Amino acid sequence: MNDRIRRLRQQSLDAIPRISLERAQLITEFYKSGKAERVSVPVARALAFEHLMENKQICINEGELIVGERGPAPKATPTYPDICTHSLNDFEILDSRKKVSFKVTDEIMKIQEETIIPFWAGRSIRDRLFDAVDEEWRAAYDAGIFTEFMEQRAPGHTVLDDKIYSKGFIDFKNDIKKNIDSLDFYDDSDASAKREQLSAMLIAADSLMNFANRHSDKLRELAKAEADASRTEELAQMAAICERVPAHAPETFWEALQYYWFAHLGVITELNTWDSFNPGRLDRHLMPFYRRDIEAGILTEERARELLQSFWVKFNNQPAPPKVGVTAQESNTYTDFCLINLGGVSEIGEDAANEMTYLILDVIEEMRLVQPSSMVQISKKSPDRLLKRALKIIRTGYGQPSLFNTDAIVLELVRQGKSIIDARNGGASGCVEAGAFGKESYILTGYFNLTKVLEVTLNSGIDPRTGKMLGVRSGDPREFETFDDLFEAFKIQLKHFIDVKIKGNRIIERLWAEYLPAPFMSILIDDCIQTGKDYNDGGARYNSSYIQGVGLGSITDSLTAIKYHIFDKKNFSLKNTLDALNANFEGFEQIRKVLLDDTPKYGNDDDYADDVMRQVFEAYFEQIDGRLNTKGGHYRVNLLPTTCHIYFGSVVGAMPDGRKATEPLSEGVSPVQGADRKGPTAVLKSAAKIDHLRTGGTLLNQKFTPQILADENGIEKLAHLIRSYFKMDGHHIQFNVVTAETLRKAQQEPEKYRDLIVRVAGYSDYFVDLGIDLQNEIIKRTEQGLS
Amino acid sequence: MNGIIFDIKKFAIHDGPGIRTTVFFKGCSLDCWWCHNPEGRKLETETVSVKPGGDASDSRIPARTEVIGRDVSVASVMEEILKDVIFYDQSGGGVTFSGGEPMMQPEFLIELLQLCKENSLNTAVDTSGYASWDDFEKIYNLIDLFLYDLKLMDDESHIKYTGVSNELILENLARLSSMGSKVEPRIPLIPGITDTEENLEAIAEFLTPRKNIRQVVLLPYNRLGEDKSRKFDLTYKAGQLSVQSGDELENKVEIFRSHGYGVRIGG
Repeated sequence: MNDRIRRLRQQSLDAIPRISLERAQLITEFYKSGKAERVSVPVARALAFEHLMENKQICINEGELIVGERGPAPKATPTYPDICTHSLNDFEILDSRKKVSFKVTDEIMKIQEETIIPFWAGRSIRDRLFDAVDEEWRAAYDAGIFTEFMEQRAPGHTVLDDKIYSKGFIDFKNDIKKNIDSLDFYDDSDASAKREQLSAMLIAADSLMNFANRHSDKLRELAKAEADASRTEELAQMAAICERVPAHAPETFWEALQYYWFAHLGVITELNTWDSFNPGRLDRHLMPFYRRDIEAGILTEERARELLQSFWVKFNNQPAPPKVGVTAQESNTYTDFCLINLGGVSEIGEDAANEMTYLILDVIEEMRLVQPSSMVQISKKSPDRLLKRALKIIRTGYGQPSLFNTDAIVLELVRQGKSIIDARNGGASGCVEAGAFGKESYILTGYFNLTKVLEVTLNSGIDPRTGKMLGVRSGDPREFETFDDLFEAFKIQLKHFIDVKIKGNRIIERLWAEYLPAPFMSILIDDCIQTGKDYNDGGARYNSSYIQGVGLGSITDSLTAIKYHIFDKKNFSLKNTLDALNANFEGFEQIRKVLLDDTPKYGNDDDYADDVMRQVFEAYFEQIDGRLNTKGGHYRVNLLPTTCHIYFGSVVGAMPDGRKATEPLSEGVSPVQGADRKGPTAVLKSAAKIDHLRTGGTLLNQKFTPQILADENGIEKLAHLIRSYFKMDGHHIQFNVVTAETLRKAQQEPEKYRDLIVRVAGYSDYFVDLGIDLQNEIIKRTEQGLS
Repeated sequence: MNGIIFDIKKFAIHDGPGIRTTVFFKGCSLDCWWCHNPEGRKLETETVSVKPGGDASDSRIPARTEVIGRDVSVASVMEEILKDVIFYDQSGGGVTFSGGEPMMQPEFLIELLQLCKENSLNTAVDTSGYASWDDFEKIYNLIDLFLYDLKLMDDESHIKYTGVSNELILENLARLSSMGSKVEPRIPLIPGITDTEENLEAIAEFLTPRKNIRQVVLLPYNRLGEDKSRKFDLTYKAGQLSVQSGDELENKVEIFRSHGYGVRIGG
C-alpha cells in the first residue's frame, strides 16, 4: 500500500459517521416547489433526482483517484425523508446509541424539526405503509413474527451486470428514445404509462451525466490551483475521465472504475436501496480493460492496484443509511452489503477466474475494510489455487471473503426459471442471496421467526408474552396424541402468518410501485427500458420476492426435543414441558439439563434431528415457494438472519431446546450455538440435508482458531471440507476466526461454546474439554497469532 | 461382533492422508509414562470421576462421573464411518484405527477393515507394534498405511518407560516393511526420554535397511497427556516437561534428514 492509499484508507477509517441533511433538504425543496404536482409520479421522481444531482455538493478528497461521494464528505450520511422521516427521538437514538451511531448536530435537529418533519409527515412511504397494512399484520409485526424490509428502505437487492462496460448513458438514452418512439398508443393500453416511465429515465440519465460533468469542472478548478505538478496532471486526467464517463462507454481500466462509481452513486442517491448496489462480477468486468491497458502501455499492475484500492475506499466511505426501530435490530451494522463477486463461471460455463481475480484478492487482503464485502464463487471447475488463496485471507481473521458454491447458485436460479446464461452470469449479493445480475429484482421482504410460530403453536395461538390471541386456534397441544398432531398445528399457524405476511407484502409492493418508482436504477436493470416499466413495478426480467426464515436450528431442536422426550420416549409430558417453559426453567433445571444434554440435536449428522429439520423446511417451502407477487414474479425462500436472530430471540420465551427466554436464536442454517458436538463434517452433513437448490440462499457460519489454518495441511484439509460441502449442494460457508476474547468467554460459559474446536498440537479438540492450563496456553497462542 | 472403543472422531486431519475418521480402540498393553490417551488403556469400559476443564482444586467445576468406553458392534461403527464418505472421497482420506492399541482387539479390527475395503475406504492403523506377528499377518494386506510408533531403541529404557520390551515391536516393523506394507514411523519426542540425539540416531540407523520407509513423522511434545491425566485423576508419570522450542525441533529434524529421510512434524 503506498502513502496515498494509506492516507485515503486512514481518512475513511477515521471519518465519524454523521447525519447529513443535504439530500433531505434538497428533496424537500423540490417537492415544496410544486413541480412534482404538475407531472406524473415517475417524472416527478426523475426531476427530484435531477435536482439532487444538480445541487449536491461536489466532494473531491485529497489525493483520491476515483471521485464522488453520496454525501458532502466521507461518511456524511444522507437521510431519505421521502421514505423514512426520522423523528427527533430517532435522531437522538442514532446520536447516542453505542453501536452503529450517527452524530447529529443541534442545527440538524432544528432543520429536521422545522423543515423536514412538517413537510413529510404522512407522506413518507413509511407513514403510508403503516397506514395501509391491516391489524393482523400490525399485530404479527409488533409481536416479532416477521419484519418488514420496505418500511424504511427501498427495494434494491440487485446487482449490475456487464452492460455499463460497453454502453454509455448516451447509448442508454438512445435505447430509451427508440422505445418511446415505438410505443403503440393504439393497441397498448399501458403506452401512456410507459411513456411517463421512459421519459423519467431520460431525465435521470441526463442527471447522472450532469453530475459527472460537475465533477469534471471541479477537477479542472482544482488542477489550476494545484501546486504539485504530477497531481495537476492527474487532476486533469480525472477531469477528462469524468467528461467521458458515464456519457460514453469506458475505454480504460480507470474509466471503467469511475463509471461504475457514478452509477453506484446514482442508485444510492435516488433511493436508499437495500444492499446498496454492487458491481457484481468485478474481476470479469475489469479484465478486458486491464489487459488492453497493459498491452497499450498505459497501465501497470501497480497502478491498477492503486486504482482498485482507491475504489475500495469509496465503498467504505458510505455507511448503510441510518436505520431505526426493528430495521436497526434486524440489520444492525454500518455495512451496506455490497458484495463483490470473484471467480465463478463464465456464461458458457467455463471457469471465470482470471488475473484480475487474484489482483482483487490482494487488494481485499491489504485493505482490510468493512466495505465493500467480498466473496469468492467456487465452482467444481475452479482451481484449488483460487480456493486456497481465499482461505489464506480468511485465516487472517478478517471475515472476508466468504465462499459460495457457483454450481448450486446456477441450479437455484435455473430452478426458478432463469435462463442458464443469466444464471451463470449471476452470483450472490447482500448476505447470500442468489440472483441474475443486471436482470433481476430479488427483494428480501422480511425475516420470518420460525421459532416464534412454534411458541404460538404450543400456546394454542396465544402469544405468551402478551397473553393475546395472535395466531389462529390450532388446538390445545396438551391434548395431542402424536407428534404429527403437533406438527399439523404448527403448519396451521405457519400458513396463517405467511398469509398475513404475503397479504401485507402485496399492499407494500404496490405502494412502492405507485409512489416511489426508481427511474434511474431502472435504466441499469434489464428489461425496464424494453418494457417501459419501473424496477419497482415489475420492469426487471425476473422479479422474485423472498421471506427469509430465521431460527432453523432452534425450531428443529425444539421440535426434536418434543418428539423425542414427549412422544417417543415419554420421558415427560407436554404439560410438564410447558410448565418448565413458562417458568423459564426456574425450578425445572433437571428437565432443562435433559433437553440440553440428552436430546438429538441438529448439526450432528443425526437423522433423528435432521429429519425434523427437513420437515420444517418442507413446510416453510410449501407455504411460500411459487406464490405470486404483484410484479409478475414469485415468492421464494431463503435462510439467513443478518442480525435478526438476536431480535427474534428477544421476543421468544424459553423453548424446548433448552434455550432460555430472550436468548438469541440459531443463525442462518448453523446449528444452535454449542449444539453441534461431532465436528465440522457432521455440521456440513446436517446442513446439506436442507435442499439448498430449492432456496435462493442459505448462510452457514463456522468458527475456527487461526492455528488450525496455520500450515499448508490445515489449508488443504479445509479446502477439501469446503469442496465436499459444495458437492452436497451447500450454498455458502463463511469462517469466523475465533479471538482470544471468545476463548475467554468460552472458559466462563462453556455450555455456550461446546462446538468450539481448537488446534492443540498435532490434533484438534473441543476447547471446553481441555484443562485450564491448556486452555490458557491456547488463548496465549491465539493472541500472538492475531497480533 | 462387538468391540470396545472410547471415541470416534471425525474430521481427523493429522492421522494419515486426507480427511479421516479416527476410531479409538480401548485397551493397550503398554504403560507409557507420557501416555496421551490414558482413558484408553484398560480393555474394558470404566466409570471414572472427571473434572472437566480444570483440576481437582478448581471448585467452580463440579466433578462428575463419566463412563469411558462403549461396547459397540461392528455395524454401528461402520455406520458412523460411512457417514463421512463424501469427505474421504474428496480429500483422499479414509479411516484410521487408533487407541489404545487397535491390535489388542484383532477380530473386531479385522471385521472393520474388511468392511472398509468392501466400501473402498483407505485404511490406516495407528499402532505401538506390540502384538503378535500372527495378528499382523492376518490384517496387513487390509491396511493402506501403518502409523507405527517408535519410542526407544535401548530395550532397557523401553521397558522402563513403556513397561514392555521393544523386541517384538522392532521385529514386526521389519517384517511389515519387508512384506511391502507402507509404514510411517512416528516418533513421539518426549523431552529427555525419547528425544535424545542418541536415541534418534539409533532409530534412524534401525530404519536405514528398510528401503521402503523414506519418511518419518516427529511428534513434538505437548501437554495433552498431562492435562488428561489430571482430568481423569491419574498419575502422570512423565512429570512436568517443557515443550520443545523451534530450534530444538530443527536439530532433531536434521538427524533424520542427514540420513536421507523426509520429515514431517506433527500428527
